[in-house]
Parts: sequence; structure tokens; C-alpha cells
Amino acid sequence: MNKNSEINTNNKNTFLTDYCLHLADNSLILAQRNSAWCGHGPILEQDIAITNISLDILGQARNFYQYTAEILNSSKNNSSAAVTEVTEDSLAFLRDNREFKNCLLVEQENGDWGKTILRQFLFSNYQYLLYLQLQNSADEKLAAIATKAIKEVTYHLKWSSEWVIRLGDGTEESHQRITQSIHELWPFTEEIFINAKYENELTEDKIAVDVSVLKDAWYKKTAAIFAEATLTIPENVFAQKGGKHGAHTEKLGYILAEMQFMQRAYPGCIW
Amino acid sequence: MQSFIKKYYYGDIPDDVAGSTTVISKEINKDATWPLWEVFIRSKQGLDHKHAGSLHAADAQMAIENARDVYTRRNEGVSIWVVESKYIHSTNPDEAESFYEPAADKIYRHPTFYDLPDAVKHM
Repeated sequence: MNKNSEINTNNKNTFLTDYCLHLADNSLILAQRNSAWCGHGPILEQDIAITNISLDILGQARNFYQYTAEILNSSKNNSSAAVTEVTEDSLAFLRDNREFKNCLLVEQENGDWGKTILRQFLFSNYQYLLYLQLQNSADEKLAAIATKAIKEVTYHLKWSSEWVIRLGDGTEESHQRITQSIHELWPFTEEIFINAKYENELTEDKIAVDVSVLKDAWYKKTAAIFAEATLTIPENVFAQKGGKHGAHTEKLGYILAEMQFMQRAYPGCIW
Repeated sequence: MQSFIKKYYYGDIPDDVAGSTTVISKEINKDATWPLWEVFIRSKQGLDHKHAGSLHAADAQMAIENARDVYTRRNEGVSIWVVESKYIHSTNPDEAESFYEPAADKIYRHPTFYDLPDAVKHM
């Protein structure tokens, strides 16, 4: 292998691990957010529902982290430097704010039940379309994870869609509250459909999904559900971006502080 | 403002601390509580639906989804029925004596008085 192609392989690997981390972080941060509802749901049955969803997407995050760790460890074996092994846990608990590549939407605060539902709907709507395509990825591992996860996400989308309709077309208060949430969350939806560098680099090889082409289908589904829910999509909203390459809102720091505290304070602790 | 969703607290942390920006008014509208539903689960194709328990939901669709989340998370089912509890009629416990006890001493109603040929198996 000549030096140039070696560098190319290394670059490709970095793009692939960045992409995996992006997918994993999206799921992990949303799972962490949703898990805060455990014990606080508006009613027992819905408390279990949101916690189930949280566990589903945590499982997806684990799959992506495990794959990332696998790639990182195997590429390290090629070089002579002895470095400690990367694990799914070290990726989740020992990376800092700027290394997280999740989109800004998932780190937004839970707010009331309506805001949590709406965030889930906006995200599941995207994740469903994403996994639908990712099933055909040239990377077999990613394709397999997507094939497994899409069944879960199909349910998340159905469940959250019905809740959006229920709240939007419910009472005056529920309508007004979810409208407020739409205004709070909408600025963070645009970013999802702008390809980051690692996505651009990998779409050519059919490894990553070109997210820009998902937007139309996403918008159509959102518009249909909102119409049924008597809600309107805001127009001319300034789009917030940055999360996918590590520039986050201040909220992520608080999430990580809580999530990573144990491993930072007691490195390597298990229970 | 009336609250149409009754809040069932079973944690001890009130809503304002738990993440909600506004606390839903505590006044409870009696018509606003979600009705009770009975859940029946079929564990395998070919078996009967069996009563699994009950839950609260606003409508049938939500009841089925709640049942899916509450009663089938450990792979318990392949099919779910729900029916609003108010549509289930039952016998009156006060009438148990006249309803059930007369059957207790009629052993001749059990098919145990036949001599079976040896050739018959699995009876």
C-alpha cells in the first residue's frame, strides 16, 4: 500500500467513525432526555411508553458505539502506538461537549409533555426516513443496525404522531402549549437535513444517507400530521445549526455533567 | 381553565421540578378522567386471548398502544384485544350460592364413568 492510499483509508475511517458517532450521539442524547420522564409521566401507561422508547433508542446508540469502537480499535492495532482500548462506554462517558455530534434538536429541554412529544415526533419522523435508506447502505454493519431499528422507530413515529394530533386537536390549553413548543423547536429542524462533511464524504460510496433528500418527505409527513392536529408550520424561522460538527447549545453541557458524572468521579466504576 | 387530563402522581416530585414549565391546575374535572380498559393478550398463534390486566386510556387506539407498552414489553404477545371495562358484565358475588354451589355435588356430570378401551390413548 503506498502512502497516499494509506492516508485515504485513514481519512475514510475517520469519516466513518464520525458518522457512526453522529448517529449514536443522536440516539444517546435523546434517550438520556426521555429517561428523565421515568417516574414523572403524566399517567402510568405513558410513563412506561416514553421509557420504552428511551430504551429502544439507547439500544440503537449502543450498536453504533460498539461498531465505532470496533473500527477504532482495529485501526489502532495497525499503528505501533499502544493506546487504551476504546469501548462503547468510553465513547459515551468520556468524550467532551465538542466531540459530540448529535443534532441540536435532541439536546433541547423536555419542557412539558407536549414539547417532549413534539421533539420525539420531529426526530422519529427523520429517523424513520433515515433508517429506511440506511438499510441499503454499502456498509453491512450500518445496514444491519438500521434494519433492526426501523421496526422500533416505526412505532415511535406512530405513537408520537398520534400524540401530536391528540394534543393539537385537543383542548384549548393543549393546542396552545404544543404551538408554543413548535415555535421553540422548529429552529432546530433545519440542521438535520444539511449534510455534515462526514456525510458528504460517505454518500458517494453509498455508506451514508444523503440527508438533504429526506427533507421533502419529512416536511410532507410533518405537514400532514400538523394539518390533522390543526397546527401550523412556522415560516421564515432562523435555523440553528452546529451540533453535527460539535458546536452545541449550552444545554448539552448539563446533560453530559449529569450523565457522565459517575465515570468522571469514579473512573472505571461498575455496578 | 379546566384540566382535561388527570395527573396521576406516583413519584413524589411535583411537575414544576420535574421539567414542566407550567404546573397544570390541580382541579379535577370528574368527566375528564380517562376510562378504564381491560386488556386481553394472545401469547401465541392458536392460543386464546387471556385477560392480562387493565389500564387507563382516552380511546381504543391509545388503549391498544398502552397495552402494547405495558403488557407486551417482555415478548408476551402476538395479538391484543381491549374493551372498555364498563362493557363487561359479570355475575353478582351475592348470588354465588345459587349460581355455583348446586354444581358442586353433581359428580355424574363429569365424564368419568365410562370404561375406556385400551386402544384409546390421550383422553
